[in-house]
Amino acid sequence: MDQQVEAPAKATIRSEVVDPKVTSRDVCVFYGEKQALFDVNLDVPRNAVTALIGPSGCGKSTYLRCVNRMNDTIPIARVTGKIHIDGQDIYDPDLDVVELRARVGMVFQKPNPFPKSIFENIAYGPRIHGLVKDKTDLEQLVAESLERAGLWNEVKDRVHEPGTGLSGGQQQRLCIARAIATKPDVILMDEPCSALDPIATAKVEELMLELRQNYTIMIVTHSMAQAQRVSNKTAFFHIGYMVEYGDTKQIFEDPKDKRTQDYIFGRFG
Amino acid sequence: MATQDTINAPAAAAGRQLNDPALLRRRYAAERRFQAYGLFAISLALFFLVVLFSSIISQGWTAFLQSSVQLQVALDKSEFTDSDGNVTDKSIRLANYNKLARDSLQNALGLEKLSRPERRDLRRLLSRGIDVQIRDVVNADRSVIGQTVPIWVLASDNVDALLKGSIDRNVPEERRQLNNRQVAWVDKLVEDGVLKKNFNWGLFTFGASSQPETAGLGVALIGSFFMMLIVALVAVPIGVAAAAYLEEFAPKNTITDIIEVNINNLAAVPSIVFGLLGLAIFINFFGLPRSASLVGGLVLSLMTLPTVIIATRAAIRAVPPSIREAALGVGASRMQTLFHHVLPLALPGILTGTIIGLVQALGETAPLLMIGLVAFVVDYPSTPMDPATALPVQIYMWANSAERGFVERTMGATIVLLVFLFVMNAAAVYLRRRFERKW
Repeated sequence: MDQQVEAPAKATIRSEVVDPKVTSRDVCVFYGEKQALFDVNLDVPRNAVTALIGPSGCGKSTYLRCVNRMNDTIPIARVTGKIHIDGQDIYDPDLDVVELRARVGMVFQKPNPFPKSIFENIAYGPRIHGLVKDKTDLEQLVAESLERAGLWNEVKDRVHEPGTGLSGGQQQRLCIARAIATKPDVILMDEPCSALDPIATAKVEELMLELRQNYTIMIVTHSMAQAQRVSNKTAFFHIGYMVEYGDTKQIFEDPKDKRTQDYIFGRFG
Repeated sequence: MATQDTINAPAAAAGRQLNDPALLRRRYAAERRFQAYGLFAISLALFFLVVLFSSIISQGWTAFLQSSVQLQVALDKSEFTDSDGNVTDKSIRLANYNKLARDSLQNALGLEKLSRPERRDLRRLLSRGIDVQIRDVVNADRSVIGQTVPIWVLASDNVDALLKGSIDRNVPEERRQLNNRQVAWVDKLVEDGVLKKNFNWGLFTFGASSQPETAGLGVALIGSFFMMLIVALVAVPIGVAAAAYLEEFAPKNTITDIIEVNINNLAAVPSIVFGLLGLAIFINFFGLPRSASLVGGLVLSLMTLPTVIIATRAAIRAVPPSIREAALGVGASRMQTLFHHVLPLALPGILTGTIIGLVQALGETAPLLMIGLVAFVVDYPSTPMDPATALPVQIYMWANSAERGFVERTMGATIVLLVFLFVMNAAAVYLRRRFERKW
């Protein structure tokens, strides 16, 4: 199984999505000479959770990082193809990447709060984007973001204590609060629960189910159980190709592709 | 049981058992040996440090005391008037202070008429710089003219040496710097309580002098201060900017590789080469004045730059990438990421590196010799363009003088320099602790 793998016909993998939020057409990613992602075509539905699954090194995180152009920070990375969010080409040379990242929030694998207070962690984004007029506004936004991330009741008495003093699960929810504070419409989550214990994981999943009413969420996960619990749509990636994409129920119960079957039924990966 | 046997088989077959005493002994011995090497190395270093400090302090502490004599100087009005009977700046400048001082000393000792050699011997008990010292008193307040006022004037370096015990009284008179008559006078003055050792403020305030008792670090301290200021203002911003650009913005290619290698090379260039560079560029090409602390500061800045760049790059690299991702992820630009997150987190490392660079610059001598900071400068420099010297250069110059007073001053100045270095290093440690953040 190497790069000889035949790309599946595009028609089978596009999956009919009406009025998609994020559309990808022929997205390829190269790290120097090496191609990491091959012709990904994916329509992500709005206000739903889309899970990206697949074995390690299959390109799912690479794809995720294309959507807020985090790959720009890697000097040798090169992206071809088109990604549109609400019809706006995000690789348009005239587009300001800073603006894009405010609209497409990201939560990382390891909780990475700034070594500042809980308040400052959340206030930072709105402040640099000029989303608030005054201090009252800011305080309100911080409280609101914490509330949405389900953290307000736990930290409301200590918002001026360091964010790094929270537990791992709280830190991750703080990072989610930080992401939603800039009022994004898409939230990218790169294995957000891989560093958390089951109870913290359950809380974050609960949060995702709640957030998907207002946000378009894309999540990379290694846990198939998690993908089934939280996602509406699932895309299976394998060695740089998106092999299969469809409703989560269909992917897990009746996968069409042999490789998807092998992976989901635990024959590899 | 069968499984256990198979597990144990290879070890048993090799004749090894758990807790093999010979093996354990060898491993423990190796560990003890290693620790002993470490202890030996540390003790050796500490031993030399103690030897160094005890020798410097034992030879240098006397430099902080200086003998002076309290004279009742009769400031006779006739000495300070010109031919028209007026007191003017010029007439004050021309007054015969040596005679005034000698007469007062003669009175203090209760001596009657003196022969010429006696008068000469008496004068030699006092510093050659006393004219300035008495004139300063008169200039500070002219109303003292016509009165008899007590003035502390410096004793000569030989008297100072006698009081500090570095002139041996048992040496035969003809090989001693002070003859028996002078020794007797000194003893009488000490007995009367008018000759004694006071704290040597002059060490910190006087400029250059050929007499040890009137030589001080004043000019060198000001020069070193100017240079540190220039290094801090030039090397630190440039170094931090260069490091931040190289780490966070520069593309990784052959050119940046070459730049990186050459910055490391620059850090290893002998300091005297920087002196030559300064001579060629700042003095010969730009025409800046010789012996100016501006040129010294610029040369030291060049020398410190690689240290600052290397320390700053290391500090920036130590900031976890997850912080950068977090900042970029909420839509901070690269500049904002750098200034809001990376630099504040790198600050303790940058400060430590910078202070170590400053300490290096403060103790540097060789490049300053090349650009003429080994000048004999009497007056305080008021701007960095004025001629000055630097602390280590002053030590070097005093170390070349033969007089006994200069030997102790060399060590005294070394103590002053070391105290500065310690204080700066302590500041580095303090700042590091103060700004260090945990995550």
